[in-house]
Amino acid sequence: MPNQDPSARRNFLKVAGSAAILGAMSRVMLRPAEATPAMLNFAIRNIVGEAQVQTGRVKLDIPPLVENGNAVPVTVSVASPMTADDYVKSIHVFNEKNPQPYIGNFYLTPASGRAQVSTRIRLADSQKVVAIAQMSDGSFWSASVDVVVTLAACTEEL
Amino acid sequence: MASALINVPKRAKRGDIIEIRALTSHIMETGYRRKASGEIVPRDIITSFTCRFNGQEIFRADLFPAIAANPYFSFFTTARESGRFEFEWTGDNGFSQTASAAITVE
Repeated sequence: MPNQDPSARRNFLKVAGSAAILGAMSRVMLRPAEATPAMLNFAIRNIVGEAQVQTGRVKLDIPPLVENGNAVPVTVSVASPMTADDYVKSIHVFNEKNPQPYIGNFYLTPASGRAQVSTRIRLADSQKVVAIAQMSDGSFWSASVDVVVTLAACTEEL
Repeated sequence: MASALINVPKRAKRGDIIEIRALTSHIMETGYRRKASGEIVPRDIITSFTCRFNGQEIFRADLFPAIAANPYFSFFTTARESGRFEFEWTGDNGFSQTASAAITVE
């Protein structure tokens, strides 16, 4: 094609290029969805609504360096007298980069005596973990910890 | 058949704050993993855990796939009277399991 219009060739390259980009995008979309900081904020808003979340009163115990993301010990404790008029109603734990931003919701009562919950969680990547406590007066308190994970919880194929 | 491990003190003094630990065996399949063939392994998790004392709820948890396999929880309660703790796990595919433990409060 000696006398072909050079713009036709450019158009061909443009089309080929966008096809390649589309291909790459569909490959990306096949991977499990990943929670993003925006999803983390959305998940937190979902729980707290319009209320303001203050930093403090909550202690989030989690190792800063995790070797195995499949079972990471976590303890959340909240400074509260745990009496009938002043107690922790619930504790919510979130993450930033797992496929879902939620980890667990824990509901306490004045009979709990001590506002402390421990469990073991999965972390798919190095990321921030956030704990939020709702007090009986409706206020929300939070703590967050950045965790480095060397072996991620498996989301890959079996 | 899944099995549960419960750790509750057998006796306590009135007013003591006691720790309760509960673990059950469960795969907690996240629903985000794929087989070599590319199909997603369907989600199979425990979604709820409840602890009641003499019929009254004292602790409840909502679980998500980010809870590790064989879910373990530790929490506290104030010993007020003798009685029985009842534990219940429910989840996907009709999963349901119960366990109980007695305490004597002096």
